[in-house]
Amino acid sequence: MRLIATLILYVWTACAWAHKPSDSYLTFTVTEHELSGRWDIALRDLDFVMGLDSNDDGAITWGEVRLKSSEIWRYALSRLQVSTSNQTCIYRQGKQKIDQHTDGKYAVLYFSCDNFSVHDSLTVSYRLFAEIDPQHRGLLNLSYGDGDTASVLDPSQPARDFDISEKQKIWATLADFIHEGIWHIWIGFDHILFLLSLLIPSVMVYQKAEWQPAANFNKALWNVIRVVTAFTVAHSMTLSVAAMGIIELPSRWVESIIAASVILAALNNLVPIFTEKRAFLAFVFGLIHGFGFASVLADLSLKENSGLWGLLGFNLGVEIGQLALVAVFLPITYQLSRYAFYQPLILRCCSVGIASLASIWFYERAFNTSLIIF
Amino acid sequence: MKLIKAILFSYLLLQNMNAWSEAYIPKTDSEVLEQLPVAAVEKKRLRSLQNQANGNPKDYALALNLARNYIELGRIHSDPRYYGYAEALLKPWLSPQHAQPDALVLRATILQNRHDFQPALADLKAALKLNQRLPDAWLTLAAIYEVQGEYARALRSCLALTKFSVSLPSTICINSAMSLSGQAQTAYRQLTAAVTETDGEPSEMTWAYNLLAELAERLNLAKDAESWYHKALARNYRSVYLLASYSDFLLDHHRYEEVVKLLQNETQVDTLLLRLTLAEQQLQHKPFKDHVNLIKSRIAAAKPRGDSVHQGDESRFALQVLKEPKTALSLAISNWAVQKEPRDARILLEAALAANQPDAAFPIIEFLETKHLEDARLKPLLKVAKG
Repeated sequence: MRLIATLILYVWTACAWAHKPSDSYLTFTVTEHELSGRWDIALRDLDFVMGLDSNDDGAITWGEVRLKSSEIWRYALSRLQVSTSNQTCIYRQGKQKIDQHTDGKYAVLYFSCDNFSVHDSLTVSYRLFAEIDPQHRGLLNLSYGDGDTASVLDPSQPARDFDISEKQKIWATLADFIHEGIWHIWIGFDHILFLLSLLIPSVMVYQKAEWQPAANFNKALWNVIRVVTAFTVAHSMTLSVAAMGIIELPSRWVESIIAASVILAALNNLVPIFTEKRAFLAFVFGLIHGFGFASVLADLSLKENSGLWGLLGFNLGVEIGQLALVAVFLPITYQLSRYAFYQPLILRCCSVGIASLASIWFYERAFNTSLIIF
Repeated sequence: MKLIKAILFSYLLLQNMNAWSEAYIPKTDSEVLEQLPVAAVEKKRLRSLQNQANGNPKDYALALNLARNYIELGRIHSDPRYYGYAEALLKPWLSPQHAQPDALVLRATILQNRHDFQPALADLKAALKLNQRLPDAWLTLAAIYEVQGEYARALRSCLALTKFSVSLPSTICINSAMSLSGQAQTAYRQLTAAVTETDGEPSEMTWAYNLLAELAERLNLAKDAESWYHKALARNYRSVYLLASYSDFLLDHHRYEEVVKLLQNETQVDTLLLRLTLAEQQLQHKPFKDHVNLIKSRIAAAKPRGDSVHQGDESRFALQVLKEPKTALSLAISNWAVQKEPRDARILLEAALAANQPDAAFPIIEFLETKHLEDARLKPLLKVAKG
């Protein structure tokens, strides 16, 4: 029964939001000929294995940490092995400092590997506190060239390999820029509205001066594919040309024409001029939208040297964002277009709304002012 | 999806790492860096036990005893490190061929603390296969089933316990399960009788009083709840759970000053820090902002590991402090998938209503109806949710 007494309340009460479990933070910076590291280990964990509090007064002082300094270094570095296919790191100890984390103070160890050249991959074997706390983890941040990798190291697992070759860098850049491209489409309302203005009527046909629902889904889909492809081809062309610096246009012009393109596309739904030539409209204005994307890409590339892979990634991201939009939008508008209210309510009202909003943009951009209402 | 996850994860980790780039060298040797939570005498005792255990790696009784000590420390300080130390000690007696029942039960409590309910259940069943007469195994089993909302199974586990041991814990176990499945009144009466007739260990009594207080709250007997809470606190048995549920009671009755008084020195324990911060928010106390930032940084620090143990509290933080009902709702939903106690139902209902998505509360409504769970605090929320 004694056993119950100690465990029972605990069992029923495990939902208490507790401390963070034990973590150490490991940072590697890899350059061509050197690896430098920083390792933050909680003083409380070190105290458990080697008794930092030598006078047992319940407080760990800097003096007590310094007293055990060599033991800390020995304990930590003997449980971390960093190697490449033909070389194992021989540590050179650097400074030892202290840092505050959310759950207390940590010892910070700075070290480097002498004459250590990393080319393709790095193997990290992490065994800190493996024998005393199976819940301990090492949170690794590995930075190399322009790549960054974050990883959680489990001391009970075998050594981990990290690919930091050229190929890996390309993937990292590509992934980064795809992400940026998607993001840009989602926050770039002018591109979305232009596309929507062209897509809203795609589920309809204009016959005898009247809008009719498209005969079937395939027909609507085909309309959409034509519009989206034309837009994509056009903006990919100008995006590439502008990104490579072959043609440059002043951004105020570009932004104003983009706003104008949204107005035109929306008005075209009210007074159809380019009825079945929306793909053509998408292509012509797609050329201008491409210049708009290019200025965003140029801003991004200033932060990191991304080259062609960045361009490719960004463009892919824009397409993914665009396709996601279409994938959500098309089934909904197609369903709605089966009802009589689609034409007056959605097609007309939305187009009027879009055209008005875009007019404000146009005014703001062309005359470089800002209207109070927005 | 993987790509987005990877990007998000790296971002969180990098962001988290940026926050601590200011390492320094202390100016004097006497600068205190860390106050250790465990008293020196206790530490010496544990160290000598640990040394004995290291010297006799085959001594099962020694390892078991030390593991229990660590688990108790982990409970008192709400610190998962100690559970880790216990787990490491038990390892030699957990291999599938030579597993020892007591070691399995202890590991189950450790797993349960991390909310790894399925592996914990597996350990308990394995232990009971080796030995039916393990009171703590049946109790832990019942506790897990209860958290998961499996009240019939919880009750069966409690009844299995009474076959060989009728005691206050088995009475509490039975009435706890009954109270959640449509017999709150009966359970309240039986348990009241039990605590008046018998006196037990401080831990047992604290547990019983705490349960009675919560039951009284569910039955809308605020005065009774108050007096049960006082009885529980008077036993002086440290329980984070008791402090948390009493503060919730005080918060519900707008007694914010008392919460601050009760919890101002408990900022180390995240769940109590949250309650303290909620009270400070109402009183517009100065430390409120600092505490909000502290909670934010602790949540951020827990993320890189992929831990999601505290989504219920996180949801409450998002809803009541950050005023982000959408975030709160998604946290509350994933919390509900793991645990289904009345407080989990409550935060989900509150978040669903605040986010203007009463549909999200349907699973709760259905759950409460099929289980016949009674809780006065949920009633007004349910009324709104049902429209």
